[in-house]
Amino acid sequence: MSEKREGLFSRAEEVLGLFRKGAEFTQELLRENERLRRELARLEGQQLAASDEQAWEKLRGELVARIESLEGERTDMLERLRAVEDENQQFTTRYIEIEEENNNLASLYVASFQLHSTLHLQEVLQIIIEIVINLIGAEVFAIYVLDEKTNVLSPVASEGALLGVFPICRLGQGMIGGAVASGETACLEGEERQPDQPIVAIPLRVQERPIGAIAIQRLLQQKDGFTPLDHELFTLLAGHAATAIFAARLFSQSERKLNTIQGFIDLLTK
Amino acid sequence: MTRHRILIVEDSPTMRQLLVFALKRLKDVDIVEAQDGMDGLRKVTSDHFDLALVDINMPVMDGLKLISLIRGEESLKAMPIIVITTEGAREDRERALALGADEYLTKPIQANKVLQVAKGLLKLG
Repeated sequence: MSEKREGLFSRAEEVLGLFRKGAEFTQELLRENERLRRELARLEGQQLAASDEQAWEKLRGELVARIESLEGERTDMLERLRAVEDENQQFTTRYIEIEEENNNLASLYVASFQLHSTLHLQEVLQIIIEIVINLIGAEVFAIYVLDEKTNVLSPVASEGALLGVFPICRLGQGMIGGAVASGETACLEGEERQPDQPIVAIPLRVQERPIGAIAIQRLLQQKDGFTPLDHELFTLLAGHAATAIFAARLFSQSERKLNTIQGFIDLLTK
Repeated sequence: MTRHRILIVEDSPTMRQLLVFALKRLKDVDIVEAQDGMDGLRKVTSDHFDLALVDINMPVMDGLKLISLIRGEESLKAMPIIVITTEGAREDRERALALGADEYLTKPIQANKVLQVAKGLLKLG
């Protein structure tokens, strides 16, 4: 009897298990059904949108406007890039110019500084020689000084050739004398000239008072011609070298006079 | 930060001052001046230098003699040397380079060129 009951219970358990599985399967079917319904609704919505010509046209218009706006932005950016590149090029050119200007100013400063660093005539002449060799690049040249009593210009220092090679000239005569009289640098660069004529004659003047000249006969072989800096140096030499020579001569004269006076005083007081 | 030491051997004070002006634009450099070859030799053998600028025509000892003495010294063989001179002939250039100079610049100098060459030899960007 009890065996029959146990058999019944186990059969009931089996049936119950089948029901549970059936319930789970049903739940799963319901979920799948729900998912498919949603998918169907989405596809129906898209189909509806696609079929709506006006909506498509609007979307297309918006996209075209967006593309045009982006194209415009791109063109604008390219123009700005080009402008920045141009500006950059201008800055580079300007930088190079300023660098060159800076170098030229340094050369002029050094020349001026050295010229006024001494009151001894021989040292001043040596400094002028150094400037003409190192900054201008001359190989053969002479420095002339004017004798105000006789109006004769005589070479007092030279480089590349002996002093005797350079002719003595009169104020106002020839290329050197003419340059000193007029106060204007005479330059025969690239022009035909006599063998004894210098390439350039730079007058040395203190205000309107002629002091002398620098006559350049030949440039160093690696020097092709005069640069704008060289012309600046001619102007600087015309004024500063003249002042330095004038000051050195005055100093030398005053020293001599002082010694003479001191000699007299010593003679009278001893 | 490494400082570079540069020796200028040049008898002309004008030229020395001009070179100092140009080289001062390099960052972190100490510049020492010598007024002739002998003075240069004394300085280069008693101190460390990363670069030397040497003139050729100088009193007491000329630049070519100085270069040959520098290159004869084991510890100075690698020190770069720039020759700055009025001598523009090809044979002068070849002689200086054969003696051991690294670069040969002719006067009148261009500050930019000197800077560019010095930067290259000092390996500065």
